[in-house]
Amino acid sequence: MDEKPPAPVSPLRALRRFTEARIGLGRFGAGQPTAVHLDFAEAHAKARDAVHTGFDLDGVAGALTAAGRRSIRIESLAGDRATYLRRPDLGRRLSAASRDRLAQERAEGGCDLVLIVADGLSATAVNRWAVGTALSVLAAVPQDWRVAPVVLAEQGRVALSDPIGEALGARLALMLVGERPGLSAADSLGAYLTFGPRPGRTDADRNCVSNIRPGGIAPEAAGRKLGRLAGRAASLGFGGTRLKDDETLIEAAQPAPLVAGDGGST
Amino acid sequence: MIGCEDLRALLAKASPARSGDFLAELAAQTQEERVRAQRRLAEVTLDEILAAPIVPPEDDEVSRLILDQHDREAFRPIAGWSVGELREWLLSDAATDAGIAALKWALTPEMVAAVSKLMRNQDLIAVARKRRVVTGFRTTIGLAGRLSVRIQPNHPTDDPKGVAASILDGLQFGCGDAVIGINPATDSPDAMIRLLELIETLRLKLGCPVQSCVLAHVTTALSAIERGAPVDLVFQSIAGSEAANRSFGISLAMLAEAHQAALGLNRGTVGRNVMYFETGQGSALSADAHHGVDQQTMEARAYAVARAFDPLLVNTVVGFIGPEYLYDGKEITRAGLEDHFCGKLLGLPMGVDVCYTNHAEADQDDMDNLLTLLGVAGVNFVMGVPGSDDIMLNYQSTSYHDAAYVRDVLSLRAAPEFEAWLSGEGIFDAAGRLAARDDAGALIARAGLLAAA
Repeated sequence: MDEKPPAPVSPLRALRRFTEARIGLGRFGAGQPTAVHLDFAEAHAKARDAVHTGFDLDGVAGALTAAGRRSIRIESLAGDRATYLRRPDLGRRLSAASRDRLAQERAEGGCDLVLIVADGLSATAVNRWAVGTALSVLAAVPQDWRVAPVVLAEQGRVALSDPIGEALGARLALMLVGERPGLSAADSLGAYLTFGPRPGRTDADRNCVSNIRPGGIAPEAAGRKLGRLAGRAASLGFGGTRLKDDETLIEAAQPAPLVAGDGGST
Repeated sequence: MIGCEDLRALLAKASPARSGDFLAELAAQTQEERVRAQRRLAEVTLDEILAAPIVPPEDDEVSRLILDQHDREAFRPIAGWSVGELREWLLSDAATDAGIAALKWALTPEMVAAVSKLMRNQDLIAVARKRRVVTGFRTTIGLAGRLSVRIQPNHPTDDPKGVAASILDGLQFGCGDAVIGINPATDSPDAMIRLLELIETLRLKLGCPVQSCVLAHVTTALSAIERGAPVDLVFQSIAGSEAANRSFGISLAMLAEAHQAALGLNRGTVGRNVMYFETGQGSALSADAHHGVDQQTMEARAYAVARAFDPLLVNTVVGFIGPEYLYDGKEITRAGLEDHFCGKLLGLPMGVDVCYTNHAEADQDDMDNLLTLLGVAGVNFVMGVPGSDDIMLNYQSTSYHDAAYVRDVLSLRAAPEFEAWLSGEGIFDAAGRLAARDDAGALIARAGLLAAA
């Protein structure tokens, strides 16, 4: 073998200005060029690590404390990651100890808002962006609101908002949760607002802002929008699909597509 | 005689382990219990299965359809066979392509699901490989020694140039002979018509024998047809119970209406198969419409719906639904082989979206394995997604490279009409393999893509 194969340069590369899709990659036989193969492997590795990274509870709680916000820790019934991935139903329910813990925190007359931070499918997203988003939300909501301590929820799915909100007697629950990682971003945070949280709420009862991260919607900006959205839901007395927002970034949460799997975080 | 409830429980407990059946609390609790159920299932006869509908026909139009489809004459010779005996016959040399095909309407989804549960992966491959199901529109799909590929040029905003760029990349890899099929970001007649016209223009400019499909809801396709859009194939996701189909916003009557409307356009040149269906294990459970039936049997019931409408393509989207239904590479692999086997036995032109999400315990190596196994099993078509990365649906499927790989290692060729076009364009060499020189520039120029930019 004394000839190195020519470097693959496809004219299709010129079309990459039209799409983020991985076109014009070149080939050796049917195989991908080494750099292309390793780029993909790296993106997938980041996504896999995000799913299995631990929730940095001390770090998040410490940052909230430093900003003058108290937090409490609870967990779902899922227990560990392997169970969480297999049993979405358990990720939507509170452990008995957590139910007791929340009952102790319930204020006389309940509260206006509980902000929940849950690991979801990307603890990486939560570890990086939840504190900034949460503090921005809390600064943006009406300052006379009675706000519960921030709830840090391990192995939580979106609908865990409902028993948490109910236990604290909250008018509104806002959950910041790690979204299912993609190849382009493994650290997207999602936010789900529920008016009148209680078990039995569906996705149609929630409003959602997704793709919160510096390359998407910046955490501070997302927090301000969410704070305003919470204010509107409270004054109108409802949320979900009936609550439209003039800011196009905020949409009603759609029910998960049925053959689609990305109900994973809900 | 076995009762309906006993059969339902037996099918579930005999099913190879997967997370969705545990989620539904239907699975065997121990390995030994599973094998015990398989032994009992092996003794159940086919006429017992026919006599014990696992979803009550009075509540479910899919169950009624299954009974209506059943051909008692063709069934008579095998009615007394046990499931174990059916397995042995299928594996034997007596079971030829024509012999299995003759049982198309004698076998019900429940019988086929039952026998699959007694099979190892190699059995599923060996039997499916014997059964060729050939369909046609502008290309002929499913012939022996051929493997077709869907170009899946999705774009998060349906940008026409972005979609066209992905299509050209796929054509340059010899993909597209199954269909050029776009999952639209927006499900509306306007969006659908824009995308259909884009593919139509490309197809005519390039003189390329392909069919197009925009994977919008069947009602969207019907309004596009009413507005005179160039609809080749009508798409719909389907499932194995009336309630699950209702959650998709469809009924059998709606599918029949769409089927007739698409046939009326008469746009095919080599065949009149005008439907494209997608399915996937777990969809009924996720809609809470599984009637206590395990997810693999429910999936086979979806094939009864598909075969009522003579589809060009049926695609089981095997790893898309997530780890709560199929946890890891092993479960995804098993499900892909089962679905392909069951579909083929029921006479369907099966393709498989060999895929996974980032929260499943799976990676590219698992996909390579399943793709290779399906190539051996004679799958009609697979997906071609640029670089495996669907930037609209956010999951990983097989790539144009993967399609070229599996055709190469198994000496599989493209659909004949499309292969002739590829050779004429110099994309394939005389041996029907990708030509050494990459001359995408010529296609790009003829498509007018850069000029229009």
